[in-house]
Amino acid sequence: MEEMLRTEDLWVSIGERQVLKGVYFSMNYGEINVLFGPNGAGKTTLMMTLMGFPKYRVEQGKIYFKGEDITHLDLYERARLGLGISFQRPPTVKGVSLEKLIGIINTNGRSKEYLDSIIEKLNLSRHMQRGLNDGFSGGEMKRSELLQLMVQRPDLVLIDEPESGVDIENIALVGEAINSLLGKDKVKDKKRSAIIITHTGYILDFVNADKGYIVFDGKLLCRGNPRDILSEIKKHGYRRCAECR
Amino acid sequence: MPITKEYLKEIEEKALKAKDKKALYGPDINLEKYTQYIERGKIESLESLSRQVKEAAILTGINLEEKERSGSYMQIDQSVVYESLNKSYEGQLEIMSTTDALNKYDWMEEYFWKAVPVDMDKYTSQVALNMTHGYFIRVFANQKPQYPVQSCLLVAENYVSQNVHNIIIVEEGAELQVITGCSLSKNDAEGIHLGISEFYIKKGGKLFFTMIHNWADNFHVRPRTKIIIEEDGSFINNYVLLKPVKSIQSFPVAHLKGDRSSAKFNTVIYGLKDSYIDLGSRIILEGEDTRGESIARTIGADESVIYSRGDLIAKTKGYCLAHLDCRGIIFSKKAKIFAIPELVSEGSMKSELSHEASIGPIAEEQVEYLMSRGISKDDAVSVITSGFLNLDIPFIPEFLDKNIKEVIKATAKDAL
Repeated sequence: MEEMLRTEDLWVSIGERQVLKGVYFSMNYGEINVLFGPNGAGKTTLMMTLMGFPKYRVEQGKIYFKGEDITHLDLYERARLGLGISFQRPPTVKGVSLEKLIGIINTNGRSKEYLDSIIEKLNLSRHMQRGLNDGFSGGEMKRSELLQLMVQRPDLVLIDEPESGVDIENIALVGEAINSLLGKDKVKDKKRSAIIITHTGYILDFVNADKGYIVFDGKLLCRGNPRDILSEIKKHGYRRCAECR
Repeated sequence: MPITKEYLKEIEEKALKAKDKKALYGPDINLEKYTQYIERGKIESLESLSRQVKEAAILTGINLEEKERSGSYMQIDQSVVYESLNKSYEGQLEIMSTTDALNKYDWMEEYFWKAVPVDMDKYTSQVALNMTHGYFIRVFANQKPQYPVQSCLLVAENYVSQNVHNIIIVEEGAELQVITGCSLSKNDAEGIHLGISEFYIKKGGKLFFTMIHNWADNFHVRPRTKIIIEEDGSFINNYVLLKPVKSIQSFPVAHLKGDRSSAKFNTVIYGLKDSYIDLGSRIILEGEDTRGESIARTIGADESVIYSRGDLIAKTKGYCLAHLDCRGIIFSKKAKIFAIPELVSEGSMKSELSHEASIGPIAEEQVEYLMSRGISKDDAVSVITSGFLNLDIPFIPEFLDKNIKEVIKATAKDAL
């Protein structure tokens, strides 16, 4: 399978703090990769750097997406190339309704019927007129993020902790939406891919992930089957990672 | 029967005493500069106006075909050029110049200079001594015209002092919507607009009032407004300023006299170039169970200076509830915004008054959030700014909305 994303010796800092310390990572089209790791290890930093948020400064290394060096492209350009992100805690934008944003990002001209059907499926009909994330619960935020991505249709979706703040009932809904977004609910979509950060691993019950990684102290370690990695973490915590560095 | 000469004499005497009285706020204007007087004839329809005048009128929300309007009033410089009432609304309301109303009704004594003090400052004095019309709109008891009345007060020549006195009466149980646009047909015109507005909302009446101001770099504006609201009455005011102005100072007052009356001010100010803008709203809660809300959204661009004032004054012995929400965004290093909220309770033991005020830059994390959805930086700033201003006003045509977006787009580039 053809390579979709690659990072080479990626060093990233936030302000004065060095967070990523030489990350080598690659994934192919159609894969779902999962990132595990303790708090502060650099998982979100890796994701935000891939998306191109300016606060995450690349000190060294390269990022290639679909064969193109995107290390110095801005957020907008990366989104146009086919990267998308679901935030763990998206900002509130009062005055800009979810409906308005969906209208703006619907550049592919998806039909009203299609939009109405996914809005209903994600149980967001009553949120469309509200300001973005204004007073949304954890689950509502995740569903709103996934709705936006389903309209945006990125080739590679970065999903930061899809289960955080979501009750058990809604995790299934979020899982279904991720599968639908990636085209996994139908005939397998060979192109759409995802990187998912998870602490609890609940999402693995709903999403069929291909590979797992542990991010530890700014580096990528322990590549393997995501379920095996999760079961190791459950048994031994992240101590083993420190030992096998 | 016209208003009595004795009453007019009394007004004149008071006005003369305030001829040189400076206003509490805003730069002092030398009125002697503005002496140009132009007499204009009536027109048959708004469509027959010159292209320049039409364009200026359209940008203040005026519908030239008078579609979805119950009536129209237009004044250019000192002359009333057009008054009309849609035939299907005859018997529901009346529209004429205030001058005509003073000649027609002796009971105008109960309204003319009864809300705004004639001796408030030199500007009220100037209007009293040299009044050049203004609109009079009265909606009869229990009438609720479906569409708004539109009025346009336009200045077309240099060195004009347009001294209008507007009176609106909403009789018991009636409802009225008014869109009023004040504008210039020449972008470089130098002059002053003085507008006295006295609105009376009777028991159970409702007035929905929208004012759009489109002035220019060399123009001064001094409106003086008071609204008196009786029991169960309500007043909703939308004010929009999106073009540069040399200076504007106004502090309209809604006086909630009657029990269960309410007032709401929505103010949108976009400070451009070196505009000096001092605007606010004051709500006096005198009746029991009264409600007030004042929302101001302010953007300071270029070298503008903006004072955004808001006063809530509780005087009732009963319950009242009022809130001020005053927020500003600074787009330029040279712009200044002063947010000045004031809450006053005059022994009003059951009053609940609150305010929130904030001034800051446009939030980068919001811009980045939208950019991550494939929206360019300029467009993201524009969308957030439009949302912040939240210009969702009924009966405002699309091209006005488009014009607003263009202003935002042109200035928002400097925001980050």
